[in-house]
Amino acid sequence: MRSYRIGIDVGGTHTDAVMLDEFYQVIAETKAPTTTDVSKGIYHALKEVVMNANVPLEQINYAMLGTTHCTNAIVERKRLNQIAVIRIGAPATLAIKPLMGVPEDLQEILGKYMYIVEGGHEFDGREIARLDEEEIYRIANNVKGKVDSIAITSVFSPVSNAHEQRTAEILHEVLGDELELSLSSEIGNVGLLERENATILNAAVVNVAKETANGFIDALKQENINAKVFFGQNDGTLMSVEYTVRYPILTIACGPTNSLRGAAFLTNKSDAVVIDVGGTTTDIGVLSNAFPRQSSLAVEIGGVRTNFRMPDILSVGLGGGTIIQVFEDGSFQIGPDSVGYKLSEKALIFGGDTLTATDVIVALGRANIGDACKVNHLSKDLLQAIYEKMVSMVEEALDKMKTSADPIPVVLVGGGSILLPEVLKGASEVIKPVNFGVANAIGSAISQVSGQIEKIFMLDELGREKTMERAKQMAFEEAKIAGGDPEDLVIVDIEDVPLAYLPGNATRIRAKAAGSLKKMS
Amino acid sequence: MRYIGKQEIEDIAVGAALLGTGGGGDPYIGKLMALQAIEEKGPIQLLSVEEVPDGALVVPSAMMGAPTVMIEKVPSGKEAIGAFESLQAYLGKNVFATMPIEAGGVNSLLPFALAAELGLPVIDADGMGRAFPELQMVTFFLEGISATPMVLADEKGNSSLLQTVNNVWAERIARSATVEMGGSVMLSIYPMEGKQVKQSAIHQILQLEERIGRTIREAKQFDYDPIAEILSITNGFQLFQGKVIDIDRKTESGFARGMATIEGTDNYQDQQLYLKFQNEHLLAETKDNVLCMTPDLIAVLDSDTGLPITTEGLRYGSRCVVIGLPCDRKWRTEKGIETTGPRYFGYDLDYTPVEKLMCMEEE
Repeated sequence: MRSYRIGIDVGGTHTDAVMLDEFYQVIAETKAPTTTDVSKGIYHALKEVVMNANVPLEQINYAMLGTTHCTNAIVERKRLNQIAVIRIGAPATLAIKPLMGVPEDLQEILGKYMYIVEGGHEFDGREIARLDEEEIYRIANNVKGKVDSIAITSVFSPVSNAHEQRTAEILHEVLGDELELSLSSEIGNVGLLERENATILNAAVVNVAKETANGFIDALKQENINAKVFFGQNDGTLMSVEYTVRYPILTIACGPTNSLRGAAFLTNKSDAVVIDVGGTTTDIGVLSNAFPRQSSLAVEIGGVRTNFRMPDILSVGLGGGTIIQVFEDGSFQIGPDSVGYKLSEKALIFGGDTLTATDVIVALGRANIGDACKVNHLSKDLLQAIYEKMVSMVEEALDKMKTSADPIPVVLVGGGSILLPEVLKGASEVIKPVNFGVANAIGSAISQVSGQIEKIFMLDELGREKTMERAKQMAFEEAKIAGGDPEDLVIVDIEDVPLAYLPGNATRIRAKAAGSLKKMS
Repeated sequence: MRYIGKQEIEDIAVGAALLGTGGGGDPYIGKLMALQAIEEKGPIQLLSVEEVPDGALVVPSAMMGAPTVMIEKVPSGKEAIGAFESLQAYLGKNVFATMPIEAGGVNSLLPFALAAELGLPVIDADGMGRAFPELQMVTFFLEGISATPMVLADEKGNSSLLQTVNNVWAERIARSATVEMGGSVMLSIYPMEGKQVKQSAIHQILQLEERIGRTIREAKQFDYDPIAEILSITNGFQLFQGKVIDIDRKTESGFARGMATIEGTDNYQDQQLYLKFQNEHLLAETKDNVLCMTPDLIAVLDSDTGLPITTEGLRYGSRCVVIGLPCDRKWRTEKGIETTGPRYFGYDLDYTPVEKLMCMEEE
């Protein structure tokens, strides 16, 4: 029996959707404007791609969504949950309270119930202090009925999460199992303030994630599609709905990841630079082993410093809708403002009154869209100068993202990629794949599933090699449960950190397996 | 005497990153600690060295331990209380003020948070005028001041007072105690009298950092070149401008050693600069000439913003300007050069001041 899947990716300007068959061939693709209410744009794109594909509805088995709902909620400070923040670590850490250094408007929304409790661990797994359980009970009763979710962060929880786990147990005991808890050990790495910030943001968008998931499932039902729903996450793998609702912060950078993964799939390149030109920005990322290169520095989201793994993306303020200002003395400025999704009404070639990057390309005869007569009056010398500047902006950014001076393959994707030429400085080749306009939606659709475990093992029992093998097997099992094809699973990340001062040669091992979804038979 | 508020702290943090000369640790944690202290206790008193009575007891403070521990187990801010109490009991004298021993990097701002907690003033001086990797690399050492009695204190309330035969033993015992106490401790070290501070410390260093930070911050607003302005404040020299084309890093005995190669742009076309570092930048040279060497300061600044770039943050493609600043004259003495000069770090070079090297360059 045939099996189809839908992939949807929400960008700043467009919401793209594709329908793929079981061989990952594109059956239909569509682009709809991203709407202020993001869900509307998603439903619209969904409806259209289903109509265009015209395949039996019962054969659509999967639907993958990469969305900006959570990112927008944080950046716009809208629809955030009422949360409580519990940090376990006193008497350490008191010198910097939670949310210090976070923009004040967010502090006001998220900092109403903040507590620092005795407990936490040393770097080697010893306790800093015994967990103050009475205090946790007191806090639980204090916030009862006042909060939607709670962020829990314990010092050195990446080494031992025992105090976070115990705190969660007590909170569930008092407040019921429905209350959503975000544990920092499941979200970030060493670096207390950044991990705590990420955990707080996670707790703040739980309801947004729930509504988004339910809305998407309902929209599919309305189309009479009974597909299994997945959400894309930052590392290019999929999360089930249940997991997404617990860890919505992991969806925050799925957009750039999807376009990188889509570009890898479309070109069969596993090591390349991917340049995604959208309506407002050009996002440049690097593929290494077919996965996005991760950023090594602290990443800011909505002005908040976090440290969890995100794709390393350099954004340049240049897209199809970028506004070009020309001054009386003949000088000009490119962006950073953009007409965004209003390109089709604002650009000169579409009868508007604003000179955009797209107009420049059309006037120079490098693309054939809209009405070229409307830009005939512009000076060719000026246009050429603007064009050269646009290309050099991208070339300079490309150079910054490379790790060496050697030329590297470049893949151009995104609706705005018509802005760029076939030759770029620093590129060994420039590839523009078919379906380049919807690479992100394809990346969303082809995403793999993953399973991850993180556990402290005693190496003295089995020896290092056998213990690592066992950790890998456990990750494989998790990935299978998530729906992975056993034939296709590989370990994509494994890390072991020895913990000194503990008997039995204790080592924390984290393993992650990923692979394609098991085919429906 | 003046009061230090939040904006001053933000500016000092940027200046501290610049005088960190690529190392010294991210001032971020110290900055947030100081900001919270000001929020809770109000602005913090900053005294000039001249305002310190000759007989007053001054105790510099710093954090010691693994940076990865400090970013996870953030200090409680109360460590200094126990440390200072132990010292006062031992010396039979009250502490008058604290100050940084290292103005570059993370240790620049920690004394502010501790001072706020204890209700003490901070003195506008330090023992390096920059960042250095080892405990004896302070101007106090050059004047024969002992690191001990020193106190290590953790957030749990433990403190241990060390009285050692010399500074090497102090370093050795302190390192192993630090591990037992949880990997990161507060240090009260080089206790001395006001008179000794006047003789041995580097004066007005926090004020300089604040000016550097403010210069970079206001450059955009008032539309001037921050780098030219920094050079005029610090009597520094532009050594090079270009783009990082290669970085070779290795971790050796706990230090991040390596070399960055920068390809010249603008006035430096067709030249390459080699920047050698061990946590901090130590040597800048081209194929033919040495341009600047330790203990003079070498900082790498972002060409667009003027903000300092650390050795960790240096990567292929970074557009930067490399500047050289003359170090304090205390480092230019025989003992100073022996302690922190090129030969100490394994470079077979005689120390030559940056202004002299630049002069030769022009001829």
